[in-house]
Amino acid sequence: MKRMTYSELDGKSRGFYALLAGLGAIIAIALGAAYYMEHHGHYVTGMNNQVVWGMPHVFAIFLIVAASGALNIASIGTVFKRKIYQPLGRLSGIFAIALLIGGLTVLVLDLGRPDRLIIAMTTYNFKSIFAWNIILYNGFIAVVAVYLWFMMERQMKKYYLYAGTLAFIWRLILTTGTGSIFGFLVARHAYDAAILAPMFIIMSFAFGLAAFILLLIPAYQWSNRALGDGVLLRLKSLLSLFIAAVFFFTVIYHLTNLYITQHHDYEHFILISGGVYTLLFWLGHIILGLLVPFALLYLPLGQTRQGMLITSGLVVLGGFAQLYVIIIGGQAFPIEVFPNKEIIATGFFDGAVGQYSPSLPEFLLGLGGVAVALVMTVLAARVLPFMPDSLADQYIDPHAK
Amino acid sequence: MSHSSQPQNESRRQFLTGAAMTSVTLASGALLYTSAQAKNAADTVSDKVRWGLLIDANQCASGCSDCVDACSQINGLHSADPHSAASQQPQWIRKVTIKDKQTGKENSLPVMCQHCEHPPCVDVCPTTASFKRADGVVLVDRHLCIGCRYCMMACPYKARSFVHETLTDQKGHAPRGKGTVEACNLCTHLIDQEGGLPACVQACSQAGHNAMIFGDLNDPNSEIAQRLAAENSTALRPDLKLNPGVRYQGL
Repeated sequence: MKRMTYSELDGKSRGFYALLAGLGAIIAIALGAAYYMEHHGHYVTGMNNQVVWGMPHVFAIFLIVAASGALNIASIGTVFKRKIYQPLGRLSGIFAIALLIGGLTVLVLDLGRPDRLIIAMTTYNFKSIFAWNIILYNGFIAVVAVYLWFMMERQMKKYYLYAGTLAFIWRLILTTGTGSIFGFLVARHAYDAAILAPMFIIMSFAFGLAAFILLLIPAYQWSNRALGDGVLLRLKSLLSLFIAAVFFFTVIYHLTNLYITQHHDYEHFILISGGVYTLLFWLGHIILGLLVPFALLYLPLGQTRQGMLITSGLVVLGGFAQLYVIIIGGQAFPIEVFPNKEIIATGFFDGAVGQYSPSLPEFLLGLGGVAVALVMTVLAARVLPFMPDSLADQYIDPHAK
Repeated sequence: MSHSSQPQNESRRQFLTGAAMTSVTLASGALLYTSAQAKNAADTVSDKVRWGLLIDANQCASGCSDCVDACSQINGLHSADPHSAASQQPQWIRKVTIKDKQTGKENSLPVMCQHCEHPPCVDVCPTTASFKRADGVVLVDRHLCIGCRYCMMACPYKARSFVHETLTDQKGHAPRGKGTVEACNLCTHLIDQEGGLPACVQACSQAGHNAMIFGDLNDPNSEIAQRLAAENSTALRPDLKLNPGVRYQGL
């Protein structure tokens, strides 16, 4: 086995600048969309007083959840000492930071008053999971930055295991915090289940790994670096395990609700009568997001790079569908202010399914968050040696666990 | 002499200037202190009081929306030419007509912020913008609200609204702002005056329905406390144990 070396991206090709320009253009459009929404107010969006969180939150939460999941690759190498994952640790860490910043950018720019970010950073209500999340998100960036430093700096290598373990624990708490945003709202049928917190951790494993594969294969192809099947097949097996775990948690979440009579109406809404939410649940989340990619990974197509890109792409799309159903579908289902009563008339949509259709600016803002994450990763890999020169099979110990 | 008098004059001038500035600073500081003392909120708001509403659904007339109209008018909630869609417009109080699924009995009633003793909106607010006053009134500090809308996710009564557009012609006593969340404030500008009543309660009384009684739940001699002691009443979603300040009769 040869010694692993790392280097910066060359960054002189026309393709490199075209990539940066393309991503920069998406970010510029997203900033324009954010300005448009802030200038006019949220009436130009599809969000309203019934469905208060919309498409930006689907993007933001996907990116934040995927961020903690993307760090898993590094954690498996460091904390669980799997040698084959260790060369990927640097890229995993910087991608995790970039995804988180991308998600936070979307979240902050959708606030009613993004100019008051300083208040969110200085005035805390410690009973609010949101306030804790602000600390967890900022802390994640700092902890992973130190972890990367210890990983990359030979003199600090002796503390690398401690930093890696701290980062691993921190990311578990962070995803628990993100899941808890939805786990403890007694007001809404969709969100009063504590299982959502661990479920978000499992989702982060799948989303983060799929996003990492979508980054890794093109990055190695475009920079003309070798990427052997040894690494890819290992990631493939891991992804199939995570897909199965998300499926398991989804089944348990809905079975639990189906057992509780009080939640039958909500389950009927999501599983049968919810229109777009039912369609997204079955077709987007279950079939295209879980069953098809799981099957693909065990078919010959799944062993190829194209197959892995398609599989990972489907997991990401399925993740968006899942979060759309949880976030938007959960709000669209009417709040029950009057149990056992039928609503005859209302001045404020009581008992009615909340209407929401995402507007273009919301979607553009979300895409901007994805572009921010990618630009940060590309620029970081340009200035510091985050990528191994080669991940060819002869550099990877095939017998390593 | 002239050589030595120059520095002396200068130092005297410096001393006088310094003294003047010090006295101005002290005086203005004292002035600020006095005015801050005069407006001390503790003088008017006390935890000895818990403001509440009793709504008698038997008295509330179906089809009457005087309470909603009065609220909108006094707080300047609705502009003549809104950009927002109906689902985006603010609603501090609404009328709902319900029918019991078992018995078929119909009721009409107003719903507003229930001013909970344990408000979920205050629990989830990251910046402490949502807060409960000592006298039980749940409010939003518009200077601290960042417009995250988590309180709207948490409220079991759909009592809160997000301001979706730029506002003009606001009322001085009810400051509002685009990008922040708002809800019924029990007309604090009225009830903080001795004997003041919220606009909805006044309108209900003027319409002759008297379906809304406002008062101090902690004062055993108040009309609301006596009615609650003598007659059955319920909270909305009592299973959540939020102990709202708004109670209902006849449901």
